[in-house]
Amino acid sequence: MKTYLLQALRLTIVLIVLLCVIYPLIIMFGGKLSNGHGDGETVKVNGKVVGYVAIGQKFDSPRYFWSRPSAAGYNAAGSAGSNKGSSNPDYLKDVNSRIDTLMKYQPYLKRSDIPADLVTASGSGLDPDISPEAARIQIRRVAANRKLDEKQVESLVENHIQQPLLGLLGPKTVNVLKLNIALDELKK
Amino acid sequence: MNTEFLGIVVSFLITLLIGIPLGKYLAKMFAGERVWTDFLKPLENGIYKLSGINPKEPMNWKQFLKAMMTINILWLVYGFFMLIFQDKLPLNPDGNPGQTPDLAFNTIISFVVNCNLQHYSGESGATYLTQHFIFMFLHFTSAATGIAAAVALFNAFRDKTTENLGNFWDYFVKSITRLLLPLAIVVALILAFNGTPSSYAGKDQFISMQGDTVNVSRGPAAAMIAIKHLGTNGGGWFGVNSAHPLENPNYLTNMVEIISQMIIPIAMIIAFGYYIRRKKLGWVIFSMMTLGMLMLMIPTISSELGGNPAIAKMGISQATGAMEGKEVRFGPMATGYWSTLTTIVSTGSVNSMHDSTMPLTGCWQLLGMMINGFFGGCGVGILNYFIYLIIAVFISGLMVGRTPEFLGHKVEAREVKIAALITLLSPFLIMAGTALASYVYMAHGNADWSVKPSAWLNNPGFHGFSEMLYEMTSANANNGSGFEGLGDNNIFWNVSTGFVLILGRFLPIFGPVAIAGLLGRKKYVPESAGTLRTDTFTFGIMTFAVILVLNALSYFPALALGPLAEYFSMLK
Repeated sequence: MKTYLLQALRLTIVLIVLLCVIYPLIIMFGGKLSNGHGDGETVKVNGKVVGYVAIGQKFDSPRYFWSRPSAAGYNAAGSAGSNKGSSNPDYLKDVNSRIDTLMKYQPYLKRSDIPADLVTASGSGLDPDISPEAARIQIRRVAANRKLDEKQVESLVENHIQQPLLGLLGPKTVNVLKLNIALDELKK
Repeated sequence: MNTEFLGIVVSFLITLLIGIPLGKYLAKMFAGERVWTDFLKPLENGIYKLSGINPKEPMNWKQFLKAMMTINILWLVYGFFMLIFQDKLPLNPDGNPGQTPDLAFNTIISFVVNCNLQHYSGESGATYLTQHFIFMFLHFTSAATGIAAAVALFNAFRDKTTENLGNFWDYFVKSITRLLLPLAIVVALILAFNGTPSSYAGKDQFISMQGDTVNVSRGPAAAMIAIKHLGTNGGGWFGVNSAHPLENPNYLTNMVEIISQMIIPIAMIIAFGYYIRRKKLGWVIFSMMTLGMLMLMIPTISSELGGNPAIAKMGISQATGAMEGKEVRFGPMATGYWSTLTTIVSTGSVNSMHDSTMPLTGCWQLLGMMINGFFGGCGVGILNYFIYLIIAVFISGLMVGRTPEFLGHKVEAREVKIAALITLLSPFLIMAGTALASYVYMAHGNADWSVKPSAWLNNPGFHGFSEMLYEMTSANANNGSGFEGLGDNNIFWNVSTGFVLILGRFLPIFGPVAIAGLLGRKKYVPESAGTLRTDTFTFGIMTFAVILVLNALSYFPALALGPLAEYFSMLK
């Protein structure tokens, strides 16, 4: 037993050096060569950081495309999902009021036009994307609020649909932050 | 929809393309035959020398388990104190506090046993030091412990009669140097180049487009996320695990992560067949596990794609399926695929919130963890399945009236007793644990704990019961996922699941290794016309039936009270 203990102790120390110092340093130096230099990739507008590409942020102004509901309030230092069960009556009330809000700002919609991702909270509370459908149903409102031609906004949305991986794998998405930055640039 | 389906098909094919050759490689490597990674020998010899280990020293099953337990207990002590004092130690750029003793107790057990329940949230409850020096360290070593234990079991059946189950240190170190570390470097770099942070920079702050001030938690996550999947650990860097856009930035990383968590469990099954020179047995087991996986996966995906019936009633189109707790970039198909694999493989990392999945999905997630033998965790998956094999051998023996035999060794009373006890352990821990939790919730709702029992459920009714059942099941299966609505950071859950975790880990390792040790040293009985062959598909189906019957008998009542009741109540 005593020999095992000594061996275990020495092995643990050796492995800590290998696995907790050398290994992450290799990854850190490798990561320096990536787009965000390992710090996370940011997006800048006029030289100022306005967000991270991967991290969703709150958009609820009528002038912008809205992002999904978030249980974390888009707090990127405290990610969280709602963890509401599908039959929870309080939760279903929340969903209902989100539908009402959408209908209020976009009175031209039928309820069946609304895709599920716009009325449900994401897993992380930081989902950067919405589905192409969720973007399309907002075109008319955004165009009206910015006094833009609907066709122009529509083509902007279509250009911002990210295709599946290799065109084959996974869903189509729209990055809300990138879309809204492009939208701001449109009016200039 | 079609690209989503293609996504999971391609993911599974790549998993097989990597997992199967990896299994053949592992069989050769652990047997000490020549493999292309032999250039790492100097590194291993260095490790042995510095640690004073002779890797050639044979061990019988008792010595093997003793060595294993010694180092595991050492990690428990080391980690417990590090977590309590993490606020006073370096590498804490965000100034996070130390863990309370009951939380540290739960956390360290949970990581040592390869579970990673995580009653804290990574952004606020851990420091860069503890994330790397405790959690990531244990991601490697707990996986290697499981793999080493599995190889010990292999050894009992490689030679006709043997006392020697091999050297624990040898298998343990080689699992790291020849398998986990090289793969982790590749996966971590892929993640880093797709946007997962890898530097030691602390929190960042920016002003959003709408003028909100936003803090962003970061840190060297890529290295840890790679091994959390490869080692079927699941404990993530951020609170929401692989649903977090920095932990799992896009569909490619999602594929890489889901493939990573499957390859070693698959490889270990193939390796078993090749190592004991009965390839067919390996393939039969592999087929049965794949069958079990599909039986859980197909209904899971179909219930998620169907969407939430309560939301459908509001007139919302759910063309892409249920979306609560899910991320748009993965979609419900890849999310359902992930939720099945993470529950059968005992990883427990999540890319969606399981609490918000459909009731039937929850039922399949729970069942996957209860069975815990369809591929299963690194190394321990085959150990769990081995118990089912022994029970199947015993029952078949009774049915045909022959002395039960497994691979040329008579299975007698002592082995069957051990197998039966291990089989009964899981339902006991899960049911007794859940019953106790329900009792405390009902009878002591106002107990003065950091989360009052009356407030620890996030959902009412049947679903609330499911939250408690899920937590205990996850702890016993060493899975680590959760219905995370449960307010689990209080003394009751920290302590109770702590005990469930440690019993649910080590007894199901002791049992199979002991049976293997006992069988291995028995006289070899050559196969004859009267032998019940265990490497046939007929026997495979028999084992599968045993698994279904045992688990249905054990868990049907609990599942009926939770997810099934919720499902039927939503049909109205």
